[in-house]
Amino acid sequence: MRTSLLLDIAADACPDRAALGCGDDAFDFNSYRARARCVAAWLAGQGKANTAFLGMNGTALPVLFFACGMAGTPFVPLNYRLSDGELNKLVARSAPSILIVDDDMLPRIAAAAGVELIARSDFEAEFMAGPTPDTHEPPEAENDIAVLLFTSGTTGDPKAAVLRHANLTSYVMASVEFLGADEDEATLVSVPAYHIAGISAILTAAYGGRRIVYLPAFTAEDWVATAAAEGITHAMVVPTMLDRILDVMAATGETLPALRALSYGGGKMPETVIVRALAMLPHVAFVNAYGLTETSSTISLLGADDHRAAFASDDPIIRRRIASVGQPLPSIELEIRRDDGTPCGTGEHGEIHVRGEQVSGEYLHKKAIAEDGWFATNDAGWIDEGGYLFVEGRLDDVIVRGGENISPGEIEDLLRSFDDIADCAVLGIPCERWGEKVVAVIVSRSGAPDTAAMATAIRERLRSTKTPEAWFVRDELPYNETGKLLRRILKAELAEAVCAD
Amino acid sequence: MDLKPGSRWKSAVCDAQLVVVRPPKTPGELQCGGAAVVPIDDPVAPSGSIDAAFADSVAIGKRYVDEESGLEVLGAKPGKGSLAFNGAAMTIKGAKPLPASD
Repeated sequence: MRTSLLLDIAADACPDRAALGCGDDAFDFNSYRARARCVAAWLAGQGKANTAFLGMNGTALPVLFFACGMAGTPFVPLNYRLSDGELNKLVARSAPSILIVDDDMLPRIAAAAGVELIARSDFEAEFMAGPTPDTHEPPEAENDIAVLLFTSGTTGDPKAAVLRHANLTSYVMASVEFLGADEDEATLVSVPAYHIAGISAILTAAYGGRRIVYLPAFTAEDWVATAAAEGITHAMVVPTMLDRILDVMAATGETLPALRALSYGGGKMPETVIVRALAMLPHVAFVNAYGLTETSSTISLLGADDHRAAFASDDPIIRRRIASVGQPLPSIELEIRRDDGTPCGTGEHGEIHVRGEQVSGEYLHKKAIAEDGWFATNDAGWIDEGGYLFVEGRLDDVIVRGGENISPGEIEDLLRSFDDIADCAVLGIPCERWGEKVVAVIVSRSGAPDTAAMATAIRERLRSTKTPEAWFVRDELPYNETGKLLRRILKAELAEAVCAD
Repeated sequence: MDLKPGSRWKSAVCDAQLVVVRPPKTPGELQCGGAAVVPIDDPVAPSGSIDAAFADSVAIGKRYVDEESGLEVLGAKPGKGSLAFNGAAMTIKGAKPLPASD
């Protein structure tokens, strides 16, 4: 089954329903599909294997996404927050490709063999402007890869996760009711296209019959103003966004009466933030969703009733479930396993494993899924006596700061390039504002390290979000007998010292 | 009749349209209103009468299953006829919708 089928049956069943955008400029489902078909015909004629996209959110994005499915060219969204060097490496890896780029990002892209650049303004003038074109159904495409999504690799180079049409459509059909949305429902999408939630939002909105309104890029002020002006009923945010949204609501007095459901995921939600949100938005159904790129988005969720029950309970076992990700989807099998592969008991910590049709567990040229279909998530977690899943973060120590995955390795590598650094470790320490903050623990040869100079170097060579916000100087770092750095011990020691905000 | 996942069909006797979600384990005939369904792009308009034994209707968005063969079908457009696989009435899959998570 192909992703374009989801748009096709929605457009056949409710061609006149608003699908994308705002007011008189909104495209209905018929126009949405017709434009996607035009783009598909153009892409097919270009004969490039992949279609890459580098740009902000907007209605061109879902049109291009479905067109890729129709044309059989995998959609490859690129992260505009990467440094120019990192970004151009991925551009080169997308070849042979068409790359559609926001005009103001064009100067960042170096020429790469097999990559043809198309300015977004040209794309939009050709396909997004003017009346709905006349089209017919394109021939069925062969390629069963729908999306190649670069994940932040733990050991350096990003991996291209493969999501097949069958993975994505299984996820959507198992978790969403076809045209289950009321005609007046609208979802506000502020997560970028290079995040799996930005992809799944396109699919679930089309299949559910819910209009999408895009924020080009997230700011809390825009989010609140747009939600109010457009009568937004649904939205998905990452934890950092929610905290800032609540600040703006508190400052402006906006109550968002039309909002019905708010889901969050992509990192650990601080309990203080969700408790504040429940109090400030008593009419809203909160959903905590847990999933990975490799699982086509959500595999477990904590629904509205569970949120309110936990919020209202004095029983510590029920109360703590507000920090859980609820229960696995009915279409997903989920187990916690020990290091030796045997299943954990209730309350026992281990690695989360999942199996199901939506689970791709696959990277380009490399399957990461077991013969029997089980996928090791590399996330640590445990399940309580009621079957509620608690996720404790990556086993492999990737720092998740404000929804952005940061690999400590490259920061450590840069630090080690300073003569004064004898040893170092970069860690994520829990923090209310960002989920985790980046801290560095260093062993200095001189005993008087110039951390300001090191911070400047990281900011310039990598980026500001990767710059440690706190520095600790130690005589030595803890290692186990096989020479492996004991990050978890360091983290535990530092967590108390850093948790101030 | 190749009932592969994602294949689209329509009733020969009413307005119902269907998408195969899961194929049957054994070959057979998908029927609506008592008559074999036809491919979605078949140009012939629905005609004839609906068998009274298969007139419970197809609802949009509902999922219909034949437990024995595993066939699962989505109602993509509503119609007056109801579904059967090789003459055995299909049943509505009672799945509770999940809250929107993205």
